[in-house]
Amino acid sequence: MDAREATLAEAAGELRPPPPPAGTGVISSWDLSVGVDGPGTRFVVFTGGCALRCLYCQNPETWRMRDGRRVTVEEVMAEVGKYRRFITVAGGGVTVSGGEPLLQHRFTAGLLRRSRELGLHTALDTSGYLGDRASDALLADTDLVLLDIKSADPDGYRALTGVDLEPTLRFARRLSELGRPAWIRFVLVPGLTDAPDDVDALARFVATLGNVEHVDVLPFHRMAAEKYHKLGLEFPLADVPAPDAALLERVHAQLRAHGLRSI
Amino acid sequence: MPVRDVMSGLRGRTFVPLIGDLRSLWNTRPGARVASEADRRGFPMTVTMDREHMAPITAWHGFRGTGWRADIDVRAFIQANYTPYTGDETFLAGPTERTRAVWDAIAALLPRERERGVYDVDTSTPSSITAHAPGYIDRDRELIVGLQTDAPLKRAIMPQGGLRMVASGLAAYGYTLDPLVKEIFTKHRKTHNDGVFDAYTPEIRAARRSGVVTGLPDAYGRGRIVGDYRRVALYGITRLVDAKKDELHGLDDAFASDAVIRDREELSEQIRALGELRQMAAAYGYDVSRPAATAREAVQWTYFAYLAAVKEQNGAAMSLGRTSTFLDIYIQRDLAEGLLTEEQAQELIDDFVIKLRIVRFLRTPEYDQLFSGDPTWVTESIGGIGADGRPLVTRTSFRYLQTLRNLGPAPEPNLTVFWSPRLPEPFKRFCAALSIETSSIQYESDDLMRPAYGDDTAIACCVSAAPVGRQMQFFGARVNLAKTLLYAVNGGRDEMTGEQVAPAVPALEGDYLSYDEVAPAFDRMMDWLARTYVNALNVIHYMHDKYAYERVEMALHSYPVKRTLACGIAGLSVAADSLSAIKHARVRVIRDASGLAVDYVVEGDYPAFGNNDDRVDAIAVELVRSFMAKVREHPSYRDAEHTQSVLTITSNVVYGKHTGNTPDGRRAGEPFAPGANPMNGRDRHGMIASALSVAKLPYAEARDGISLTNTVTPEGLGRTSTERITNLVGVLDGYIDAGGFHMNVNVLTRAVLLDAMEHPENYPQLTIRVSGYAVNFVRLTREQQQDVVDRTFHGSL
Repeated sequence: MDAREATLAEAAGELRPPPPPAGTGVISSWDLSVGVDGPGTRFVVFTGGCALRCLYCQNPETWRMRDGRRVTVEEVMAEVGKYRRFITVAGGGVTVSGGEPLLQHRFTAGLLRRSRELGLHTALDTSGYLGDRASDALLADTDLVLLDIKSADPDGYRALTGVDLEPTLRFARRLSELGRPAWIRFVLVPGLTDAPDDVDALARFVATLGNVEHVDVLPFHRMAAEKYHKLGLEFPLADVPAPDAALLERVHAQLRAHGLRSI
Repeated sequence: MPVRDVMSGLRGRTFVPLIGDLRSLWNTRPGARVASEADRRGFPMTVTMDREHMAPITAWHGFRGTGWRADIDVRAFIQANYTPYTGDETFLAGPTERTRAVWDAIAALLPRERERGVYDVDTSTPSSITAHAPGYIDRDRELIVGLQTDAPLKRAIMPQGGLRMVASGLAAYGYTLDPLVKEIFTKHRKTHNDGVFDAYTPEIRAARRSGVVTGLPDAYGRGRIVGDYRRVALYGITRLVDAKKDELHGLDDAFASDAVIRDREELSEQIRALGELRQMAAAYGYDVSRPAATAREAVQWTYFAYLAAVKEQNGAAMSLGRTSTFLDIYIQRDLAEGLLTEEQAQELIDDFVIKLRIVRFLRTPEYDQLFSGDPTWVTESIGGIGADGRPLVTRTSFRYLQTLRNLGPAPEPNLTVFWSPRLPEPFKRFCAALSIETSSIQYESDDLMRPAYGDDTAIACCVSAAPVGRQMQFFGARVNLAKTLLYAVNGGRDEMTGEQVAPAVPALEGDYLSYDEVAPAFDRMMDWLARTYVNALNVIHYMHDKYAYERVEMALHSYPVKRTLACGIAGLSVAADSLSAIKHARVRVIRDASGLAVDYVVEGDYPAFGNNDDRVDAIAVELVRSFMAKVREHPSYRDAEHTQSVLTITSNVVYGKHTGNTPDGRRAGEPFAPGANPMNGRDRHGMIASALSVAKLPYAEARDGISLTNTVTPEGLGRTSTERITNLVGVLDGYIDAGGFHMNVNVLTRAVLLDAMEHPENYPQLTIRVSGYAVNFVRLTREQQQDVVDRTFHGSL
C-alpha cells in the first residue's frame, strides 16, 4: 500500500466513528472570520474528521476526528452567544465548516438549529460527499450552503479527493430542488483542476442548478505546507504554483459564458 | 544676527506693535448686536458702508442663529447653519492641474528629505509666530498660503522647550546651532527642560532612567493642545481680542493670589499672541482682524491660526480640531451664490491639506525611535452625530477624505472619523472604501465621546478627546506596567540593571510565583508608581506653563479652561497575561546569583488577553481601574482632572526593549503589543474576538482613550470590493456597538506586506485567509511570507 492509499484508507475509517453521545460532537477549533466563510462576520465551527483527502487540503489538522476536542452543542452555543450581538449589528452569522460537518450530521444539525433559534444567519460549508446524511430539517435550518465542487470530472474528482463525485452532484441537485441558496466553491489548481474541458463541464452542470448565487473561484496556495510539516505529513502539491492572473481570468470567463456569476 | 531679533522670538519679551484702538474698527461690538431682519434673511444691510466697519455684517450674511453672535461659540454657529449630507460621494471632484502642480512641487522635495532626515533647517532663528518671513510653495498657484518658515520643509528651531533637544536634533543631521542662540538660551533665558530638571527628585530621575516611566514631555513640547482655530475665521482677531480683554478684566477685582496672577499674565500673553497672528497674516497680505467673508478666506483664516500654533510650539502632537463641517457652511454659501464650483471647493480643501501634510518639527533620532516616522499628529476629527440626532457629516467631510485620492494616501493629516452605527450609510461606505484603499483612516467611537464631551469634540494626537476650545490636557506620556510587575517580584530592583529604583521592599521568594503574593505586591508597586508619576507630571506642566506656554493655542480657548492630567499605561496585555499565567498556569522563577529574578518558565497553558475570555480580560479591566484609582489619589497641578490612556503609539517597541523577561513567556527586549492590543499571536480566534477583549476595557476609567490597531488583508474582509466595504462597515458598527473606543484599520497592500516582513512588530494581527485556512502572517517563515506576498497579489480581484 503506497502512502496515498494509506491516507485514503484512514479517510474511509472516518466514516465509521463510534456514535457520539447525543448533543455532542468533535470540533477542531472555532474562529471568527470576515467575508470568507459566507457573508459578513461569521462564527465558524471547524468540526473534526473528514472522509476526503483532497490533495490541496489546507486543514490537515481536521482530518481525523480523534485529533479534535469533544464538546456539547451547548458549549459551542455559549461561545457563539458571546458574539450574537456583534454579528447581529455587523451582519453575518454562523458557519459550520470542517473537516466535513456532515460526518457529524446530528451535531451539525443541532448547531444550525440552535443558531437559527438565536436569529443568526446559518451556513454549511461542505464537500457534499455526505449530502445524503443531511436531513430536510437540517437543510431547512441552513440559510446558505457553501458547496465545494472540486472537479466536474469523475476521474479527476476521485484522483483529487479519493472519493466519488456523484454524491456531491446528487446533493447539488437536491439543494436546487429544495431551493436552498448556495455558493459553489471551486479551487483552481494549475495542472490539476484547470483543464478547459473540465472547467466547462463544471460550468455546464452548475448552470443547470437554479439555486446558485455565484461561483467562488479560489486560487490555490501553498500556505498549509508548514502545517503538513508540523504534522509529519508530506504536502503533495509542494511544487505546484499558484494560478496566475491570466489563468484566473480564463476560468472566470468560462464560467461567465454559461451565465454564472463568478468571483 | 542682532540680539534683538533673536529676542523677538521669546515669550514675554516680544515686541508687538500695538494694534491701535481695536474698538475703533467696529463702532458696535458684534456681540452686542442682535441680528437684524435683513441679516437673518441673508442679504447685507447696506453696500455703501466701509467694509471694514461692516465686516461682521458682510462676512456673516446669510448665517442664521443669534447665540454665537453674542458669545464666542463656534458650536452654536455650526448647529445653526450646517447642512447635513446623507448622499454618496459621486458629487466629488478630482484633482485639478493646479492642485497637481502644487503637490508635485512638494513631492519633488520629499526624496531629499527622506534621504537626509531633514530637508533643511534654519539654525539661527528661534521660531515664533512672526519670526520668519513669508514662504511659498508656488506663489502663483497656491490658493491657501503660509509656511512655518520662509521655505517649504525648512524646519525651525524652538528652543523654549529645551535647548538640548535642538542641539542634538541639529547635530544628528549635520547642522550646528547658531552660537548666539546657544548663548541666549544658556545665559539669558531658561528653557522648560532646564526648569523641569531643577525640580525633579532623585526618585523621578531613577524611574525615568530605568524606563518604568518614559516618554515624558520634559525635554520637548507637550503638545496635545488644540486651539479652536475656527474662531479666527468666524470672528476675526479684533473681536477675539475684545473677548480676551473682557476675560482679563473680569479678574481685575480678584485678589492677587498665585492663581490669579498667573491667569492674568497668561491672558495678557494670549492677547499679545493674537496680535502676532494678525501681523503674520498681514505679512502674507491678509487682514485677519475681520471675520472671513468667503470660503477661501475661511479656510485661509483657519489655517493661519493653526500655522501660528505650529510656528510657536514643537508639541508632540499638534492637532487641528474639527474643521470640516464648520468650513462646509462657508463653502455651501459660496456654492449657493455661484461664487464657487465643486472643483474650486475641492481645490481649497486639497490646498489646505497639502499645507497640513508638510508641517515639520526638528526632533532627535531618539525621539523618532520612540515615535517613528516623523509624526506631527495633525489630527482632524470628521463626522459624528449631533446632540439633536442630525449627522455632523457634510459634503466637506467627504471633501477632506477625498484628499486621500486626489493627493494619494498619507499619514498626515491624521484623518479621524467619529463613528456611530447611526452615521449615514453612504458616508460609512465611503470611509470604509478609503480605508481599504489607503489604510489612512482611524475610527473613534462617537457614541462614547458625545455623552462625555458633547458634539463639538475633537481628538488631540491619537485618542485624546476634548471639547474644542474649552478643554486642554497636560500630556503625560505613560508608565510601563509590565516592568512594574517585575519590580513587584524583585522588591523594587530593576530586572535589567539590578539597580534599586523603587523603594526597597522584600522580594518575592519561592521557586514558583503565587498569584496571592504577586497580586498584592504588584498593587503596592503601582501605588509607588502612581505617586512618582503624578509627582513628575506636576513638575513638567508647572515648568511648561512657565517657560513654554502655548500662547496662541490658549488664546483660542475660552476662559476658564478645563484641564486634564493625561496619564497613560503601556504593556497592559503583557501585565494581564503575566498575571493570568501566574493564576491559571504555573510560573517558575529563575534568579541570578544576586537573587534577582531574571527569567520565568511558564508550565501549562493560560488564557491570554485577546480571545474574548473573561478569565483574563477581567484582569486587564481591573488593572485599568486600579491604576486609574491610584493616580487619582495624588493632587494634580492646577487641579487638572486625572485621566489615563491605554496607548503607546509606536513606543511599544522601545518599552519592550527596556523590559526584561516577563512571566507571560515574553522574552526580554521583545516589543510590547501597541496600545491596548493583545500580544502578538496570542489572540487565536481572529480579529473580532481580539477586538471584543479590548472593548471590555472601561472608557470611564480611561477617558484619555484606548487604542486598538488592526491589520487585515483585503482578502480578510471579503472577496469583492463591495463585499469588503460592507463587511468593514459591519465590523466598525459591531465594535462601536460593543463599546469599543478606537480602531486603526490597516488593509494591506503588497508594499505593506513587504514592510511587515522587515518590521513584524508593527503587524501583530495580519491575517491571511483563503477558503477556511487562516494564518498569522508574522508567524510564517520568511519563505512563506514571500509566498504570500507573491500569491496574494497574483490572485483574483
